[in-house]
Order: sequence, then structure tokens, then C-alpha cells
Amino acid sequence: MLSYYLRLASKSFRRTPGLTALMVCAIALGIGACIVTLTVYHAMAGNPIWWKNNVLYAVTMDSWDPARPFDPDNPSLAPDQLTYRDATYLMTSSIPKHKAIMTQLLGMLNGAPGQTAPIPVMTRATTGDFFPMFDVPFEYGGGWDAAADRGPEPVIVLSRAENEKLFGGSDSVGRTILWNGRQFRIVGVLGDWQPVPRFYDVVNNPFASPEDAYIPFSWGPTLQELPAGPSSGWGSTPVNNYQQFVNAEDVWIEMWVELPTAASRARMLAFMNSYWAAQRRNGRFQRPLNNHLTNVGDWLKVNHVVSNDNSILLRLAFAFLAVCLINTVGILLAKFLRRSGITGLLRALGASRSQVFYQHLVEVAVVATLGAAVGLLMGIIGLKAVQHLYSAASALDAGSTNYPALTHFDPIGIGWALALAAVSTVAAGLYPAWTIGRLPPSRYLKSQ
Amino acid sequence: MLKMQDVSKVYRTDLIETHALRNFSLEVKSGQFVSVSGPSGSGKTTFLNVAGLLETFDTGIYHLDGQDVSRLSDDARSRMRNEKIGFIFQSFNLIPDLDIYDNVDVPLRYRRMKAAERNQRISKALELVGLGSRTKHMPSQLSGGQQQRVAIARAIAGDPALILADEPTGNLDSLMARQVMDLLEQINEMGTTIVLVTHDPELARRAQRNIHVVDGVVIDSAPYERRMAVDERAAGNSMPG
Repeated sequence: MLSYYLRLASKSFRRTPGLTALMVCAIALGIGACIVTLTVYHAMAGNPIWWKNNVLYAVTMDSWDPARPFDPDNPSLAPDQLTYRDATYLMTSSIPKHKAIMTQLLGMLNGAPGQTAPIPVMTRATTGDFFPMFDVPFEYGGGWDAAADRGPEPVIVLSRAENEKLFGGSDSVGRTILWNGRQFRIVGVLGDWQPVPRFYDVVNNPFASPEDAYIPFSWGPTLQELPAGPSSGWGSTPVNNYQQFVNAEDVWIEMWVELPTAASRARMLAFMNSYWAAQRRNGRFQRPLNNHLTNVGDWLKVNHVVSNDNSILLRLAFAFLAVCLINTVGILLAKFLRRSGITGLLRALGASRSQVFYQHLVEVAVVATLGAAVGLLMGIIGLKAVQHLYSAASALDAGSTNYPALTHFDPIGIGWALALAAVSTVAAGLYPAWTIGRLPPSRYLKSQ
Repeated sequence: MLKMQDVSKVYRTDLIETHALRNFSLEVKSGQFVSVSGPSGSGKTTFLNVAGLLETFDTGIYHLDGQDVSRLSDDARSRMRNEKIGFIFQSFNLIPDLDIYDNVDVPLRYRRMKAAERNQRISKALELVGLGSRTKHMPSQLSGGQQQRVAIARAIAGDPALILADEPTGNLDSLMARQVMDLLEQINEMGTTIVLVTHDPELARRAQRNIHVVDGVVIDSAPYERRMAVDERAAGNSMPG
């Protein structure tokens, strides 16, 4: 019967092409709007390392001013970064499977073959566990070991894009390059790695691309390179040189640990609390105990990575889809009722209520499928338009925001949007199909 | 074939009650050709709707082909309509965007019949009504008489035991009306019971029995000639002096 119903549906569409086009356009508009907002929202709100959500933890301790909280709007939150003193102490713990501290430095790369001018690169100064902890893929080579961290050894990892720019994409492992005038040996080139949002660093722009160069964290203090990202401090201690900076109550280092078990998490927290207690006895940490290990999902939430505007926009998109669907229901009802004479005839000829219901539901499903297909097309065009629209903004913030990744066609997210739209359209069509199936045949035969 | 006993049907609105059928009793035997006549609003169409299971009734007993239909579910009534009853309407009621073949196919589709059997039945029915060569024509390409013949083909394709015809010649000229009646008689001769609602005395006369309905009640159920003679006698008796 399905093929017969499909045939009847196609004849019905040909009978009323205008109404059919109107319904398809209404659904497609709603779906298109949903696809665009869902794609951006999904990219912004998604957890790019969901498979490690419950083993990766951001480490925070409340070392802030006893007189006022770090964030007056959220007094319960500890600072989102650590002081140098606290970070380097916590790094001595052997409890985590992996642990990394990190900050951003601004570097200039020079000395590649044929390079005429230095290239500024945002550099992540971190520890070697950064790569295995965050499952960072490598195209060539790999990261560095703890000995290189301790040295520090002059090793550097480049992003794929940077390697392409400097070495034409060839295997550059083993070659040397100048980073801020000092020679570094390339030990690895990243594969395609675009975590959106950049969960490990929400303090800087969480929607920026990952850095183009990575060096051992200790090079910062060794070369007395001040962080390129934000640092916040309190207290009256003067900061006139690098040494004073690292000794001050300034928070500028992010720390992540990998704790695979509940027991290791408890032990790590106990380690942090014991350090907190010792420091408190020495006059630091005068605020209440507020040490946290926060998993990736919660970390994105507490740092409001997805702004309320985006959530509102998403709700508006769904409201728009609902309005489109309600309109479609109205059109479907009008269309079906206009054909009530034929429906009465079909009932007289022996069609049961359920047969009439399914016949009309198939028609709704075809409209939903057409609407979803056109909506998908509109969504893709919409995403391209958003990319185009924001290319100017991208140029303004020097390309630091990863707009292509935000508006990247995400098959899973779009699959969900399409399935949702198709299901909701069919659900919306249930009422008209049910109504037409309930019509008493004799009353409508007269109108035929 | 069709037996109604004291069947009543009342249409109710907030303001009024209309008794469309009052203790309506009628028996039509298998293979009969019966006409139903009566003035407008007498309940002919309601009778046809109830007889055709298009409407339910309030009280009484109705047996169709030996089966009590008063307690059948909607699905069972639909199935019975599909398998046992063929409908012919005054305004033909063909589906305008289906060709002739597909129009005749409709009731067979709902019976979930196999394609080969459907094809054979459709061809046979269209041959019988003389339209075997016009299967791909659309209804709008046919004359009124031809359209009604398609409707007849649709009604008989399912091989029903009973055909209910509501003013089947009402929209046709006299020549076409006669052709349609010839066709119905031919079908009746093949054993199908026919109940025909008509205003036309000429058509009523061609049935074996005429049921006269007034105010939802069967007034008479006799061969047309006998009823007319009774009517004329009654008129003569009432003439003054």
C-alpha cells in the first residue's frame, strides 16, 4: 500500500502545487534556521573531548584576596587559573596519570628555508603530557618527555598549518627553527586538530584555533617571557620584574590532570587540600577552602563558554520552526478538508479510518522529507552565508576566532536536526491526518 | 440480502430533532432490483446511507447478507462496504486526477488484492460497461454517461452482493439514462441485488419492486404498477360527487 499511498500523494501535490510548495518552504525555512543555529550552538556547546570527559579535570584553588571573591558575580568560583607557585607545586604530584600546566606566549618564528621575515605565532608553553592527555594527533614525530620539560630542552612542536607555511608540509622533524631568536629542534608536527571550543584554554578566546607552536613550559621562566594571555592578581606586592611576577599572587597558569579513577580523584583532591592547609598555616589562602577538580563539560559550563545569547538564539530558532510547523498544520488541515469529498468517497468505497489516516500521513511524510531536503540545502547556504558574513569579523580579530570550525557542516548535528524536523513535521501532521480519518463519510460525499 | 426492522435514525442539533427514519422496515431478497422513491426529505438518502453502512442508526435491527451490522466496529463496517456493497452516485464521484483504470482500482486497492487479480477484474468491469479501450482517459475527457459507466464499473469490480444507486441517472439525458438503466438491469440479471433511489417514475417502473418512503416510513412496497393503480383508485374515490 505504501507505493500506492506515495502515488496518491504525488497526485495530490500536483493537484495543489502552490500549497505544496508553501508547506515545503515553510518547513524548509524552519529547518534551515535550525540547522544554522544548531550547528553553531553544537560547535560552541559541544564537548570536543567527550570520550575523556570524566577523566580530564581542570585544577582550581582559591588563592584570591580574602576581602573579595575572584568573580563578584559568582562568589563561589575559584580563580580560573593558578599562581606559578601553586601550579609548580601541584605538578610535583605523582597521582595523575597525566598532568600539564600551560600558558600562552607570543613568539616569532624564523629561519625556515626561504623564509625572509619572522612570522608571529601564538605559542603554547606547556608540559609534555599535554599531547597524550588531550589525545593530540601527530602527522610527524611526537611531543616531548619529562626530561625535556626539566631541561628545558629546546624542542618545539608545530601545527600542521605552520609546518605547511614554513616547510611546505614536508616532514620537518629534526630540523631547527628560531623561536624568539633561539634555536629550537622540531620534534613533532600536529595532525588535523581543531577542538571547538578550545576547552583547555577558556580564559583566552575559547573559539580561537589551537596554537601554531608548542614549547616546554619552563622556557617561559627561563627566557622570562611574560604570558600573552590574561593574568589577574591582587595584593600590594610590587611587580617590577619577572621574578616578582612569578612570586606574586597573580594567576596566569592553567592546569589539567588526567585522573582515571574515583580513587585517584579523591587522592588528588586530598593532596590539593593538604597543600591548601599548609599554605593557610603560612598565611596564604585566607578564603574558605574552595579547591576543585572540574571535568571538561562542567568547565565549559562554569566558564559560560556558550553565552546566553546563543541559547536564546537556539530557542528562537526552535520557536521559528514551531511557527513554521503550526502554519504547515494549518495548510495541511485546509488542504485535507478541501479534499474531504474525495476522502468521504474513499471511505464509502471501503477505506478504513486507519487506511485514510496512513494515506494522509504518507502525504505528510513526503512533505516533511521534501521540506527537510530543501531545509538542508537552505541550512548549507545559510552556513556559507554566516561564514561569509563573519569573514570580515575574522579579519578584524586577526583570524584568532575559528569561524570555519564554528560554521563547519557537522553531519551528526545536522542529522539530528533533520531527524528532529522530520519527526516533528510528521507529529504535527498527525492531527490533520487523524481529523480527516474521523470524518463521517456520508456527510462529505455530498460535497464531492 | 438486506433486512431492516424498525430502524430509526434521528439527527439532533441543539435546537431540533429530525426523525429521518421512523421504524423503517424493509426486506430486499437476494437478486432483487428494487427502486426507492419518495418526495424530497422523505428519508431516501438516509436509508441509502444506513443501508450502505455510511451512517449508523439509533434503534432497530439491520441484517446485511445475513449479518447483524448494528454492533460492527468502524473497521468491520468499512470492510463490509468494500467487499459486499457497490455505490453509484448521482454525480458519479470519480476522482478527477486518477485515470479511468485507477478510479476502478480504488476499492480493490483497499481490499489489498494482488495486482494480477485487480487487473483482471478492472479489465472485465470496464469491458462490461463498454469502456475497455479507454483505461487511460481522465474523467474530464469523458461524457456524463461514460463517467457514470465508469462509476458502475468501479461498483461492480469488487463483485459486490449489493449495489446501492443514488439517482444514478439524475445528471444524464434520457438516452444516456436509458443506457445506464440497461446496464444496471444487465448487472442485476447476473445476480447482483440492486437498490435504486430515484425520482424518475420511468426508472422506478423498470424495477421489480418499488419502495415508497414518506417522512422516514415505508408507505408501500409493491411492484410499481400495482402501487400506481392503488394510488389512482384512492384518488378516484376521493373525487367529489
